[in-house]
Amino acid sequence: MKKYLFLLLAFPCVAFASASVHLDKAPVNVNDKESLQRGAAVFVNYCLNCHSANYMRYNRMEDLGLSEQQIKDSLLYAADKPGELMTISMRPKDAKEWFGAAPPDLTVITRSRGADWVYTYLRSFYRDATRPTGWNNVVFDKVGMPHVMQELQGHLGAVHRTEKDAEGKEHHVLDRLELVKPGKITQAEYDALVGDLVNYLNWMGEPSQGQRKTIGLLVILFLGLFYIAAFYLKREFWKDVH
Amino acid sequence: MQKLLTWVDERFPLTATYKAHLAEYYAPKNFNFWYFFGSLALLVLVLQIVTGIFLTIHYKPDAAMAFASVEYIMRDVDWGWLMRYLHSTGASAFFIVVYLHMFRGLIYGSHRQPRELLWIFGVLIYLVLMGEAFFGYLLPWGQMSYWGAQVIVNLFAAVPFIGEDLSLWIRGDYVVSDATLNRFFAFHVIAFPLVLLGLVAAHLVALHEVGSNNPDGIEIKKLKGADGHPLDGIPFHPYYTVKDVLGVVVFLIVFCAILFFAPEMGGYFIEANNFIPADPYKTPEHIAPVWYFTPYYAILRAVPPMFGSQFPGVAAMGIAVLIFFALPWLDKSPVKSVRYRGPKFKIALAVFVVSFIALGILGVLPVTPLYTWLSRLFSVGFFAFFFLMPWYTRNDTYKAVPERVTDK
Repeated sequence: MKKYLFLLLAFPCVAFASASVHLDKAPVNVNDKESLQRGAAVFVNYCLNCHSANYMRYNRMEDLGLSEQQIKDSLLYAADKPGELMTISMRPKDAKEWFGAAPPDLTVITRSRGADWVYTYLRSFYRDATRPTGWNNVVFDKVGMPHVMQELQGHLGAVHRTEKDAEGKEHHVLDRLELVKPGKITQAEYDALVGDLVNYLNWMGEPSQGQRKTIGLLVILFLGLFYIAAFYLKREFWKDVH
Repeated sequence: MQKLLTWVDERFPLTATYKAHLAEYYAPKNFNFWYFFGSLALLVLVLQIVTGIFLTIHYKPDAAMAFASVEYIMRDVDWGWLMRYLHSTGASAFFIVVYLHMFRGLIYGSHRQPRELLWIFGVLIYLVLMGEAFFGYLLPWGQMSYWGAQVIVNLFAAVPFIGEDLSLWIRGDYVVSDATLNRFFAFHVIAFPLVLLGLVAAHLVALHEVGSNNPDGIEIKKLKGADGHPLDGIPFHPYYTVKDVLGVVVFLIVFCAILFFAPEMGGYFIEANNFIPADPYKTPEHIAPVWYFTPYYAILRAVPPMFGSQFPGVAAMGIAVLIFFALPWLDKSPVKSVRYRGPKFKIALAVFVVSFIALGILGVLPVTPLYTWLSRLFSVGFFAFFFLMPWYTRNDTYKAVPERVTDK
């Protein structure tokens, strides 16, 4: 147990090992209902087969301006009732066997990873023959997940460059990605699609965030007015203290 | 109405209590900014208890359900997100307020005779609060909850001879598990709050027995007017109740700005890793305790293992927390307030403040050789403030303390 303790204390040494990758800013806007609706459709079609959103109910999407009937008609594939949670039928044990790791639940993924990370990650898959799936990712090296939206984005290939480190050793470094096989849509359209998806994921991470900010504004406004009243009350009482 | 009051007063000291603690509790009239934090701490305590009750109604202390029940509160419970954020922001606010309250005591000598016991109750409150926060942090059952608890419980394993059994006894299992979660829930919602409330009551009774200190460190009870009340004192109610309302409003504006617009506070109040359910098989890359523990965590990491044991670091961390108890007896200065103290104390105080904040920052950062040496440097600064205090407070120069409180 003592050795174990030392290990735990030493762990912070390896921190931020992967934090050096540049992340693109995700176009997140919880007020853009149309983008959120498009993102919800992408999520249900492409993600919600291997990934669950176990804490999210389908009917919460009514907040996005969808009616219960619309949710039933176009988004409810894996459940019977709109009040159900967004669970999946794939068992974690099987998933682990197939992908090496069970795909994480996505309900609060932008809250643990950050929206920018997810936005960059979904646009950074490239062909890599050394990987069992044939895919690798710039922000998540040796990732178990294949490029699910390859038919849309097409295939990106890695272009490497050679760099010398301080000791004169040569390293192959990933320089950039380039399109080797076009997909159904252009890269700009793909970026917009992923943007909608990440916008949806960010909303799903905390569906009450819009309400939170609106109420916050009102509360602080009230407190500001209350401060004026409290200030004059105090001054009135303290007049006779010398 | 008067009849009813008389009826009650003959059976319970209602009017007498109201007079003793509010209407006729005479407090010095020169309280400044630093004197808001005591009443604010009380406010946050009430806030934590009330929101805690609401959370307890919906939360499930079960390793298989805890994480999901927190998300259930955040999504499906009416105003659940508000209760949860009030509670999580309140936890950090509690420590901010308490640290400022302790600092006030430090600069104006509120720990000095005759307030030693009042100070000791305060330090006990601080200790219980740390336990309360630690137990509470496990409950969301996220990765940082889990591994933070794992690291801290393992610290007890470093105690010679009894360590292994001690940590086993705390966890109730060989690793942090469902058994640990269940007992931490019991500690967090009943055992520690009970002790905390008792200590807060004792803190207030002791305060009202000896009377409040003030920025000049003068005993106002020494000079009394013809009416028997201190010349420099004013009744707590209404004077300080209306003034504290002002402090409460300013505090709430800052509190609500964080609560409604940045409840995670950039990952310092709610850590990003805590949105991943606890996984005993997957250690996070970077385990950092919540910000209010980081000064002590930095001290722990600053001390190298000796004779193959982590115990020296654990002991240093323990001493760093417990040393506050000794403060009334380490301070040998003839005056209380920093206003009349000399340069030696002021330099020592500056070293202490810089060290404490620097350690707090270093405790969040990953270990590098440079940071380790900086942690060592600031740990020395932290301990020097306390251990050299008898020496530098004896040899300092002092200004004359006035008879009456001053209005600065």
